[in-house]
Amino acid sequence: MLNHTTGQAEAPILVEVKGLKKYFPIRSGLLRRQIAVRKAVDDVNFSIRQGEVLGLVGESGCGKTTTGLCVLRGLEPTGGSVTMHVDGNAVDLMQLNRERLRTFRRHAQMIFQDPFASLNPRMTVFDTVTEPLRAHGVTDRDTLQARALELMELVGLAPHYLRRYPHAFSGGQRQRIGIARALALNPKLIVADEPVSALDVSVQAQIINLLKDLQEQLNIAFLFISHDLGVVKHTCNRIAVMYAGKIVEEAPTDELYAAPKHPYTEALLSSVPRPDPRHRENEIILSGEVPDPAHLPGGCPFHPRCLYVEERCKHETPALTPIGPNRRVACLRAEELSLRGMST
Amino acid sequence: MENILEVKGLKTHFRFDEGIVRAVDGVDFRIRPQGTLGIVGESGCGKSITAMSIMRLLPRSAKIVDGQMLFRYPDSRNIEQIVDLAQVDEDGRTMLEIRGNRIAMIFQEPMTALSPVHTIGEQLVEAIRLHQDLSKREARNLGIEMLRKVGIPRAEQRIDDYSFQLSGGLRQRAMIAIALCNRPLLLIADEPTTALDVTIQAQILRLIRELQEEYAMAVMIITHNLGVIARMADEVAVMYRGRVVEFADVDSIFHAPKHPYTKALLRSIPKVDAPRTARLLSIRGTVPEPFAVVPGCPFHPRCDVAVAGLCNSGEPPALLPVRNGHAVACVLETEESRRYA
Ligand SMILES: Nc1ncnc2c1ncn2[C@@H]1O[C@H](COP(=O)(O)OP(=O)(O)OP(=O)(O)O)[C@@H](O)[C@H]1O
Ligand SMILES: Nc1ncnc2c1ncn2[C@@H]1O[C@H](COP(=O)(O)OP(=O)(O)O)[C@@H](O)[C@H]1O
Ligand code: SF4
Ligand SMILES: [Mg+2]
Ligand SMILES: [Mg+2]
Repeated sequence: MLNHTTGQAEAPILVEVKGLKKYFPIRSGLLRRQIAVRKAVDDVNFSIRQGEVLGLVGESGCGKTTTGLCVLRGLEPTGGSVTMHVDGNAVDLMQLNRERLRTFRRHAQMIFQDPFASLNPRMTVFDTVTEPLRAHGVTDRDTLQARALELMELVGLAPHYLRRYPHAFSGGQRQRIGIARALALNPKLIVADEPVSALDVSVQAQIINLLKDLQEQLNIAFLFISHDLGVVKHTCNRIAVMYAGKIVEEAPTDELYAAPKHPYTEALLSSVPRPDPRHRENEIILSGEVPDPAHLPGGCPFHPRCLYVEERCKHETPALTPIGPNRRVACLRAEELSLRGMST
Repeated sequence: MENILEVKGLKTHFRFDEGIVRAVDGVDFRIRPQGTLGIVGESGCGKSITAMSIMRLLPRSAKIVDGQMLFRYPDSRNIEQIVDLAQVDEDGRTMLEIRGNRIAMIFQEPMTALSPVHTIGEQLVEAIRLHQDLSKREARNLGIEMLRKVGIPRAEQRIDDYSFQLSGGLRQRAMIAIALCNRPLLLIADEPTTALDVTIQAQILRLIRELQEEYAMAVMIITHNLGVIARMADEVAVMYRGRVVEFADVDSIFHAPKHPYTKALLRSIPKVDAPRTARLLSIRGTVPEPFAVVPGCPFHPRCDVAVAGLCNSGEPPALLPVRNGHAVACVLETEESRRYA
């Protein structure tokens, strides 16, 4: 979003995620004994500047949602830190107790994929969008009413919808309500988990434009989670590609699409069917299945599907390493490979 | 008739106490032998109900109320038949001979289409023996061969798995194996890759294309994803609110679309291969709810070029040819082409 070429490189850092881990126990048998762990998120590091949009992409089960939830402590991480820089203070969310976390939450909100499941059917739109305010102790009816009207205006809904219940709304309208609720407390960061994936194509564009407008007007930073490489291309300044619980590549959006450095990114870009029948052939088809983080191979986790695998890839695990000023990649052969990007 | 399937003026309606849902309300298209027709449109526009009408697998509350679906096929004595699928008895002999044999179908969610209480092998054997005179042993061997063909590793073991033991991609492969075991002339694929990840989607789309070639069959692929259409189809029907609003070869649909809805849809998708723009061009409003009755052109409330008096009253515009093989249901387009004819 925002200035595509220069991005927000000058803006100060808003949130820093370091060594984030979430291991789920795998249990089995009558006594539900733990027999192994599923490393859903395994040592994830990234930062987001104020007003910046960082995309998080990857296939199902690679850990995107778990990362998003852990960043906001909607789920307790197994390890790591999430430091937010707000009003001149650096706060590690992992160190906050329940009460302080609750008050701090106003700075960081979440938008969910499924606009049908994420709204309470028994609450009017007014109650839904003002709930975060009431949770933070705002009770004055006039204040709530004024803010509700502002929020409706921001997300492009008519004020009379405030009295209605969500069942009467379309997917796009429900997603607008979810966005209004997330905006209620003027957050600095929004984690948006597949916010347009459940919507029809013609409505997707409306919501993407709305998110862009809000980000520009209100200078909100986003962690934008999506599996759709078309959607992230048009919304994000920078993109992190996840594979089996780890970030395998991170780059400014245009650079990632033009010249991917990780074989997985190359294959991902190539396998998206382009909406142009004149560009049909020579897609790269990866063999094998989307990995299960409970059964990862040794060495490079991508090596069983990689087209460029060498003997050492089966033993050495590549670390996410800087290459060039703004890019990081986790591939042993990154320097020597010359991979295919997406020409426009 | 050279086409394998010709659908003309198909209407399939649901009748409820609250009113009529015109799920399919004037659908016209044709499929050439060995050709690939793509059907594209937003959720609820009637794609699946069109497919279910052809298969005669409609829910009880739905009725085919008008139209023809002419299907041409060689019968069991290899004599060419043309039947109107709209007229035959859905449980009768003709339909039993066609369904799962001459026309087969795969679905978006293999989990619901496959039986959870029978192994993949049992379902294969049943499907094969329904239409081919083979022993159980022979059918099972053919089944294993089919699973190999669709790229399932260790097919001779996997055949005894239940569908829930397979990953999403393997499940879709198993469903394709079952659909193709009787070598159909037409495969209807309803959102076959929507539930899959892109790398798996690429595998399945390529598999469908390879098998289409090997079996010399026609494919009707239903999807809301314009990328899938561009990769697979040679002709395309664009649907909106139960009607085909544009029909053309795939290159014309993407490079010379005529219907305002097709144009707007193409503009609004965030293309992975286009330079980034500050804003996407969206289509205003939403698809009206199913019970709503929209006079005139069903797209006029959202159309940027609609002309009052012309577009918002009367009957919906008919799908009329504007050029060879290119047909459009828009008053403005057909007026235009008439003027320059
Ligand atoms: N069993 C049913 N009972 C009542 N209405 C139905 C039923 N199935 C479909 N409809 C209605 O018929 C219309 C067309 O539905 P259909 O399933 O064909 O849409 P579709 O184009 O396949 O959509 P999607 O992309 O969501 O699969 C919709 O208005 C839908 O609500
Ligand atoms: N509550 C949970 N309990 C156990 N495993 C989970 C839980 N949530 C997610 N997982 C597992 O963690 C991995 C990452 O999941 P998720 O973050 O939802 O992926 P994504 O959002 O990228 O599709 C998957 O293997 C998933 O099955
Ligand atoms: S480290 Fe080896 S296996 Fe892993 S992505 Fe690079 S080349 Fe492929
Ligand atoms: Mg997720
Ligand atoms: Mg459908």
